[in-house]
Amino acid sequence: MRRNGYQGHALIEALHSVQEAFGYLEPEGLRFVAQSLRVPLSQAYGAATFYHFFTMKPPGRHTCVVCTGTACYINGAPALLAAMEKKYGIKPGETTPDGELSLLTARCVGSCSIAPVAVFEKDVVGKLNAAEMVARAERYVAK
Amino acid sequence: MTSEELQEIATTEKEKQAQHPHHICVCTAAGCLSAGSGEVKKALEKEVLESGMKDECHVKGVGCMGLCSAGPLITVDNTMYRDVKPDDSTDIVRSLEDGKPVKRLQCDTSAPFFTRQSKIVLENSGFIDPERIEDYIAAGGYSALLSVVTEKRPGEVLEQVIKSGLRGRGGAGYPTGLKWSTVAKAQGTGQKYVICNADEGDPGAFMDRAVLESDPHRVLEGMAIAAYAVGANRGYIYVRAEYPLAVKHLRTAIRQAERLELLGNDVAGTHFTFKIEVRLGAGAFVCGEETALINSVEGKRGTPRPRPPYPAQEGLWGHPTLINNVETFANIAPILRNGGEWFSKIGTAKSKGTKVFALAGRINNTGLIEVPMGIPLREIIYDIGGGIPDGRGFKAVQTGGPSGGCIPADHLDLPVDYESLAKVGSIMGSGGMIVTDEGSCMVDVAKFFIEFCMSESCGKCVPCRVGTTHLYHLLERICAGDSEERDLATLEELCDVVRNTSLCGLGQSAPNPIMSTLHYFRDEYQAHVIEKRCPAGVCHFADQEVKA
Repeated sequence: MRRNGYQGHALIEALHSVQEAFGYLEPEGLRFVAQSLRVPLSQAYGAATFYHFFTMKPPGRHTCVVCTGTACYINGAPALLAAMEKKYGIKPGETTPDGELSLLTARCVGSCSIAPVAVFEKDVVGKLNAAEMVARAERYVAK
Repeated sequence: MTSEELQEIATTEKEKQAQHPHHICVCTAAGCLSAGSGEVKKALEKEVLESGMKDECHVKGVGCMGLCSAGPLITVDNTMYRDVKPDDSTDIVRSLEDGKPVKRLQCDTSAPFFTRQSKIVLENSGFIDPERIEDYIAAGGYSALLSVVTEKRPGEVLEQVIKSGLRGRGGAGYPTGLKWSTVAKAQGTGQKYVICNADEGDPGAFMDRAVLESDPHRVLEGMAIAAYAVGANRGYIYVRAEYPLAVKHLRTAIRQAERLELLGNDVAGTHFTFKIEVRLGAGAFVCGEETALINSVEGKRGTPRPRPPYPAQEGLWGHPTLINNVETFANIAPILRNGGEWFSKIGTAKSKGTKVFALAGRINNTGLIEVPMGIPLREIIYDIGGGIPDGRGFKAVQTGGPSGGCIPADHLDLPVDYESLAKVGSIMGSGGMIVTDEGSCMVDVAKFFIEFCMSESCGKCVPCRVGTTHLYHLLERICAGDSEERDLATLEELCDVVRNTSLCGLGQSAPNPIMSTLHYFRDEYQAHVIEKRCPAGVCHFADQEVKA
């Protein structure tokens, strides 16, 4: 925030920093940002809920993002999601009850040439199939 | 920084490169990186060190080489290798000594995939290190900017861009020269902005990402030239947060350019000042729309504003603003280096130059290609793309993402330019090209896109917010076998309403995928509605068993 001179238009940048630090946008963080930048809390909340990148739910210990872009969709992303749902009982956007794994979807991670793609933590893994997907997820959770 | 100093940097860099007789370039763009090119690079560096070839061989990371499906790709001197594993590094380094290439890894660069392309935007991609400005300067970079600010008047720059016939590469194809002139002429308080739209939201498109990751300086140079031509002194690059590598390379590039006084105050000792800042998007497709993007840069929700006034008159904070796409800016430096006339000779009568496409979906060679405008679709798919895998038949090619349409096999000989694509109900779009085969159900594909538009609709105007939801529910019912024949008529009617009454481009073009599939694949819709079956076997009907 200081870098942008506490200007109101730096709201989105500030929210990015908060999410990077805490993993999600908690109400206190949001209030703090709004106050420091002197923008109405409603505007901060509006931006936080408008953009898909921001989340106000705490994520699980591990995250797994399945790309649902066009190329991944055609090459079988729905099957990956179905396999994860069968194994862990969670739908996209949900976290397992023990807080171990969050399943998310992305619009497109831009690695369409190796579709279908999933991102585990920060590793992009391509050319997946359902069995491999679940096996990878298990390995990450076990870590 | 003067032209002589720039020349000196270029010469020093070239001399430095010439010290090594061998060069290994490892692709470290996103596609190859996720295939494991990082480890390959490390293994190669280690191998070179261990075999005592440190002075003879230089290993560097470069940008995208195009054929992403065969990644990780590396080039060793003039030989390209595909599907390289870290274990292969011993053989590769040994091949330098005996001069015999490693046959089993060799990638045939005389294949149509490589020979049919012509590169302007991607000319440096795969050759230069995106994190070193010296490499870009050695490849002729920033010479256009320096000659522009020291020798040309803004009017002369505009003239070249107009003469080139360059049109916006973001999708709509608005003539770039005209846009620049409008901003240049716009009166106001004197403050003007240049924005680079790098919010590549189309699912299935990764051209801008590749340009930013592989050759970020090219975009900065284009923006600076634009700023000089229109009289702006501040610029923003609005880039998706989902592209961390592109953001990192951009930030590095801006720092380096400022250090060499190619950006910032008093560029090249003149009075021209231009500062660029990176702004992160946060995952909203609608922010690719220029007025929504402006709102987002201002820190607000990304909802579009009614036009006019156009951003060229009243844009960012009410000041005249020039917004162009990454690829448009990437074309600027070569145009000024070689002249507008040179550029206008490439392509067709109305669509000049080349276009970068991201080839993906059911096709053998997926990756990034750059082809001259006017090339037939068939050539892209069968020659460059290498056809459809597993011996299946081609069904349709989808261009333009959620705003585009599906083009069936009958139109494969269509030349790829703005007008021809519009004629068959699709758009050029930013360059995503997704091929589907017989295994895809077109109703399902249409449903996928409308679901996308529904969830990405910002909710500001009713036709888009409510219309896309209803369209989605209609398609959902059709896919579930719970529909009547008159639903098709309702679908068409609703498409028409959404298209004609929505506020911004998202809503106006949201029905395109439905309309084009309805037009070309009506039989599939009818099979769903009347016979309650899905010809491709994708949709499952609730009340009956799926026929094999």
